[in-house]
Amino acid sequence: MKSWEEYLNPQVASLPPSGIRRFFDLAAEMTGVISLGVGEPDFVTPWRIREACIYALERGYTMYTSNRGMKELRVAIARYLEDAFKLRYDPEKEILVTVGVSEALDLALRALLKPGDEVLIPDPAYVSYVPCTVLAGGVPVLLPTRMEEGFKITAEQVEKAATPRTKVLLLAYPNNPTGAVLNRRELGEIAEVVKARDLLVISDEIYAQLTYEGEHVSIASLPGMRERTVVLQGFSKAFAMTGWRLGYAAGNETFIGAMTKIHQYTMLCAPITAQMAALEALKNGLEDMRQMVAQYAYRRRLVVNAFKEMGLPCPEPKGAFYAFPYVGGTGLSEEEFCEKLLLEEKVAVVPGTAFGPSGRGHIRCSFAASVKDLTEAFRRMKEFLRRHGVKGRPSVVVLGK
Amino acid sequence: MEKEKELLRLLSRNARYSVEELAAMLDLSPQEVSSLIEDLERRRVILGYRALIDWRKVGEEKVTAFIEVKVTPQREVGFDAVAKRIARFPEVKNIRLVSGAYDLAVEVEGRRLEEVASFVATRLAPMEGVVSTTTHFMLKPYKIDGELVEDVEEAQRLVVSP
Repeated sequence: MKSWEEYLNPQVASLPPSGIRRFFDLAAEMTGVISLGVGEPDFVTPWRIREACIYALERGYTMYTSNRGMKELRVAIARYLEDAFKLRYDPEKEILVTVGVSEALDLALRALLKPGDEVLIPDPAYVSYVPCTVLAGGVPVLLPTRMEEGFKITAEQVEKAATPRTKVLLLAYPNNPTGAVLNRRELGEIAEVVKARDLLVISDEIYAQLTYEGEHVSIASLPGMRERTVVLQGFSKAFAMTGWRLGYAAGNETFIGAMTKIHQYTMLCAPITAQMAALEALKNGLEDMRQMVAQYAYRRRLVVNAFKEMGLPCPEPKGAFYAFPYVGGTGLSEEEFCEKLLLEEKVAVVPGTAFGPSGRGHIRCSFAASVKDLTEAFRRMKEFLRRHGVKGRPSVVVLGK
Repeated sequence: MEKEKELLRLLSRNARYSVEELAAMLDLSPQEVSSLIEDLERRRVILGYRALIDWRKVGEEKVTAFIEVKVTPQREVGFDAVAKRIARFPEVKNIRLVSGAYDLAVEVEGRRLEEVASFVATRLAPMEGVVSTTTHFMLKPYKIDGELVEDVEEAQRLVVSP
């Protein structure tokens, strides 16, 4: 027998492991760690949602559902998308319920990409975009963003990066890890380039409900963009349902049909228990969601304030639940900063480079943590910075409105 | 005014937030928060601060009774005169006028059963205007002012995740 490495698909073998892994291993062995390194809510799923799932199990909801997901759930999703984001989709043909947005992303990329097709991806962004593009045969093309511009991609950037091989623009706003959002004007400018260059948009809007100033705008709601966009949404963040693994895709009938084909052969359907819970979330869980969002909003101010005091430049997060301060002023790399902070002060944060090369010099701090934990974590970070020092750099970066 | 309500919402969840934490969360200065709180206390919008305690855990015996009180309303003052009279007894933890089969919902706390029983028999029941009382002794609490007594939930998260 050859070595196992030789049997593997070389593309898979050469995928770099997640940059977060090392920190996970390190932090998991320690006790007394306050973690601001978690990419999920600190709330347990609201009880009414869990209770609805338990009741469904008691009544025997333990079977497959239709490939696209239960009709009642798709109807509820369509209604919700219209009420919340002014997006109209036919629940029969234009919505697919998936195992989290992660599956929806994979399906969308696999349904679209031919070998060599290029996908424009903001950098930094969620860790799955690049590997999923590669696994689908595509070529990821990063759109670097900078703190000074609020970590937003621009229409000009898309224009410059687009080649005849470019097929997809992957939008990821509100953004994990930076908390950046794109407003209507910025999206409109990007939409014009997308149309002129005949591109498609995969818009990952998993953090849409966690938008703190003004309302979330979906690019699909802009003129002429509905047909070019697949919107990916889910229940994980807004309803604190990460472990349920439930998301959905909404878009053009033919495209959703193609995604459904892959889905039916690889996944068959999303778990019925999660679908029953999601139905309850949309029917009666919106107030629970609003209350959780209100808590994140308070903590966001706490976090922004803390970095201001620490003298770490940090763009104000407009969405999601992450702050992405610059720590280069300490003279430490983001990796060193995270490792030392963990070992010396037992606070876990994630190095920005885990989310792409433009995360260099930054760390991601989640504020999906209790006020008590945040306060203690910041006290420890202040102590850490007092020892290691911050040189130069303005203390606050004010971003354009 | 909106900040005032936000401040109250935060304090109603956790009265032990520090002034600095509150200031950061509300985008106010600590001085502004302090003076807002002082003002709210002075106006008796904030009536007080209490810890929620499960006394059983420290072996402290307490007896709580919920008493349904029927009252004859009086001319001019309705239920107020009797209710306020009952309210002044230190044994009475809560008293509320309610709709339905009885009028006043009274919660009484004492150290021993006899103490509560005696309060009902000698103070409450004979009071002028009180028509009848029905006393329910508390057997086991499950939730106290919004906090679960047992089965506390905590998100079971990985230490680090993308």
